[in-house]
Formats: sequence, structure tokens, C-alpha cells
Amino acid sequence: MIKQKIVLRYPPHVVEQPTIYHLIKDFDLMVNILRADINPKKEGRLMMELSGSELNYQRAIEWLREQGLHIMGLEQQIIWRSDRCTHCGACTVICPTEALAFNRPEMTVSFDEYKCVVCELCLRACPARAMETLVENSNSK
Amino acid sequence: MKINRSIEEINEKIKAGKAVVFTAEEIIDVVKEKGLEEASAQVDVVTTGTFGPMCSSGAFLNVGHPTPRIKLNEVSLNSVPAYAGIAAVDLYIGATALPTSDPANLKHPGDFIYGGGHVIEDLVSGKAIRLEASAYGTDCYPLKRIETTIRLSEINEATLYNPRNAYQNYNVAVNLGPKTIYTYMGVLKMNMGNANYSSAGQLSPLFNDPLLKTIGIGTRIFLGGGLGYVAWHGTQHNPSAKRAENDTPVYPGATLALIGDLKQMDSRWLRGLSFLGYGATIQVGMGVPIPILNEEIMRYCSVRDEDLYAPVVDYNRGYPYKEGTELTLVSYADLKSGSININGQAVPTASLSSYAGAREIAGTLKDWIEAGQFTLTAPSAPLPSIEAEIKLNALPQKDPDKREV
Ligand code: SF4
Ligand code: SF4
Repeated sequence: MIKQKIVLRYPPHVVEQPTIYHLIKDFDLMVNILRADINPKKEGRLMMELSGSELNYQRAIEWLREQGLHIMGLEQQIIWRSDRCTHCGACTVICPTEALAFNRPEMTVSFDEYKCVVCELCLRACPARAMETLVENSNSK
Repeated sequence: MKINRSIEEINEKIKAGKAVVFTAEEIIDVVKEKGLEEASAQVDVVTTGTFGPMCSSGAFLNVGHPTPRIKLNEVSLNSVPAYAGIAAVDLYIGATALPTSDPANLKHPGDFIYGGGHVIEDLVSGKAIRLEASAYGTDCYPLKRIETTIRLSEINEATLYNPRNAYQNYNVAVNLGPKTIYTYMGVLKMNMGNANYSSAGQLSPLFNDPLLKTIGIGTRIFLGGGLGYVAWHGTQHNPSAKRAENDTPVYPGATLALIGDLKQMDSRWLRGLSFLGYGATIQVGMGVPIPILNEEIMRYCSVRDEDLYAPVVDYNRGYPYKEGTELTLVSYADLKSGSININGQAVPTASLSSYAGAREIAGTLKDWIEAGQFTLTAPSAPLPSIEAEIKLNALPQKDPDKREV
């Protein structure tokens, strides 16, 4: 038996497919959805817990990859704590992908998790420590 | 000058709910539209704000006496040491103090995850703070050790006293070196990979009163979400800094020492910060109302980012080793555009001070005044300005054992 939390990132064209149905039906896995953020024709994100036999789990992951899905461990998610963010902007010159971007003329910072490549550079560069990973302490090196 | 308004007149209007107030950002267009004279005739107060890292900050606490009494000697709050070299149960917790167990920069760059600034934020948000103290014991103060918790509501006094805040202008930091450096101006990437600045520019209090004609000792202000006062000029106060034609300094200039009752402040505007590789500090929100006494004051308040300049300084060698002067001067309008040009190179810019926060503070102060909750004060004494001819000193490095004549 294996129990694993993962995050799936769907490119826009895959969103329409019944992924969960296949995970249950073809790979005999138990699927527990923790968070879903899926919009038709846009990139989607699905956070879930999979459990089942080790072999089926590995086969399922392989199948998901073949479908063009990006799979990440849960601890790799980056969270922007908007309540901690002071909108200074210091992170925007550190973030390599503009996932953290400065909006003018509002002069506020926004976080686009779809652009985030989880390089983790912002975690320590943010003085207010408003950037976090889901799993605590994964940023304390 | 045609307009000649007194603070008393303005306060009468505030109390009657009739004061006309604009923020230092809004007033720019008002003056552009109506002209200086008409705008001065119509507007009573312009509000300013800033929300940036301000290391020279801290709080005096009186924690009360246990039974038996104690004369605190070594004290820590959530493991962060506080200064106890004053009366028995008085303390000062400074924003940049670090726990003695903090590895600091042993493994460079250090994280500085928790320091004095975070203690102040936690206190203000009402959290329980662990107090550990030792003492040598005296006949009048026999207790030698205490471990307990304190909350802001349980202690006698908590006075924010910040020896240097609200810098009138500041350096724009770049790194000319070949490696990333970690500074109080943030992470600076090699070969001028980024340029970090830290001022609200046109909203910043001392940019709107460049010669300190209205701000003085006793000026009532917005401090940390509550009320505060200007206590004195700040440390490193340098009104002698070179100025542009509009009287604003193009280098770090005047500073303010601020004071206020921590008990009525809000942790939203007092935020512990961790500067990678540098240390812990605090982000302070403060704002000053400027009475429009005449056209001259209004002209100062209508200053725009386009007309405010700051020096670009290398933090690899230039600043730490005092090598060379600034690379160039840039305007706050350019800084806020997201990119500046330094010797032909386009350099992305970022701020450490929150302009959105500055805007909100100026807006809050405006709301308070419009609602009649906040009246203006005339200074009890002026702050030293240009005519004081202040010169900043460097620390003398002398042979301390050599007798001086
Ligand atoms: S550095 Fe941190 S506090 Fe500043 S804008 Fe970025 S996330 Fe927000
Ligand atoms: S983890 Fe990297 S890509 Fe994601 S927001 Fe932070 S700096 Fe940007």
C-alpha cells in the first residue's frame, strides 16, 4: 500500500479529460481531492491524495505523465500569504518567471502560481516571509 | 503670499467637519488643475505616508514587579535579548536584536527568522511573549531569576521610541561585483542585476516638507496604526545634504525620532522583517499631516516623483568601503517605472518600502482628519534645518591607549 499527496498541473487541452475516472477505474486507486482549481480552456491544478498498491500507483503516475500532466510533490507548492505580504516589491526582481509581478499603477504585487516554477528563490528573499511552501520547514535549509 | 492660514483655523475646520484634505499623491493633480493659489486657498491639509524597513526602532517596556521584586539584569523576550541597563523593570527591545542562539551569518546568507522587530509585532498583535530574566539580587530587589509570559495588555507601559525613522530620501542600491550580495537593501544580484530603493517618493513625509517648515518637535502623526509624535530630529539627521532646485535633498537628508503608545498601535503597520544575510528589523508605517499654511507649503506638497532624485550607490565596494561616490542620480518616477538606465544598462528596480502601504496610510490619516478625530499640532520647537549646518561625523579610529592632549 502506498499513500501519496501530489499536485497535478493540467495544460489547457487535458482539462476536459476524465482523469480521476481513469485513476479509479484503470488503476484501482483511491482518490481524495484536497483542492481543485480547474477552469475550462485554462491551465488547471489539482491537489490530491492517492492510495493503492505500489505497482498501480507507479503505473498511474506514468500514465498521467503520458497524458501531458505535470506532477509535483505537495511540498513543492509555493504559497503567497497575501495577509503577510506588504506589497513592497522586493521579490519581483528575484523571481525569474514573473510569477511574482508588480502591478502599476496599483503599485501592488500579485502572485500567479501558474507561472511559478518552484525555484524557491523568493522564500528567503522576501523580508516579510510571505512566501511559503505547503510543508512547513521545507525552506529551512 | 496671499494665503496665510493658521493651525488654529485649520483645527476649527477639522472640528466642524469641514476641513478639506488631500493626500500628497492626490494633491499633485489638484494643484495642476487649479493652480497653486487656488489650490492653497481651498485645501487645508495634505497627508503623507511611508511604510518601509526602519532599523532604528524599538520599544521601552515597563513590565511591572514580581513578588519579591527584581532588578532585571539579563533579559530576553522570546529569546531575543532586551536592554535592561535602566531602572529595575524597564526594558528596551530594539528591532534588530537577535536571539543569542541565532546562527547569524555563520552559514552565509543567514535567515534571521526572528528578532526584536518580530517581538514588537507579536506584542502588538496581543500574543503572549516569553520573558526570561536573571538578576544578581539586592536587598531591595531580591529575586534572582524569573521565567514568565507577558502580554501588551498586562504590562504597565509600552512606548515605541524610534531614534531614526522616515528618512528624507535614500540610496538606490546596486551591486557592481561578480557575486550576489545580501544587504539591508535586500538581495542584490551581480553586475547590476537589480536596483533596490526605499522611499515612498512623492508620498514620503519629509519630501513634502523638505526644509521642515511645518514638521517639528511635538508634531502629531500616524505611527504604527495609532497616534504618535515627533520627539526630536533623528540620528544621522543631515539637513545639509545637497538639494535640488525644489529644495528636496538628492541624498539621504533629514530624519525623525518618533514616539508613541504601542498599546494603541496595530501589528499591520509594525511588521517584523528578516533580511537574508543581513538581519532582522521592522517595517514601520508612519504618516504626517502637513498644514497648508500658505502657497509655499502647498508648492512643496505638490512635488512629484519626476522631480525627486536619489543616488545610485554600489553596495559591493562603494558603500561598505566608502569607495567612490554615487554612479548617477535617478528620479523616483523612473524607479517606480520598473527599470532604470545606468550607464546604458537597463536595470530592473524594486522597492523595499511599500508604496501601496504609504498610500493607505496617507488615506487613513485623511479619513481621520475629515472625520474630526485627528487635529493638527504646532511644533513646540523647530527641528534643525539647513541653517544648523550639521556635518555628519565618521567614527574616529584611534589608538585608544594613546593619551590625547
Ligand atoms: S517581497 Fe514579500 S512582502 Fe514584498 S511584495 Fe514580495 S511577497 Fe510581498
Ligand atoms: S518559487 Fe521561484 S518562480 Fe515561484 S514565485 Fe518564487 S521566485 Fe517565482
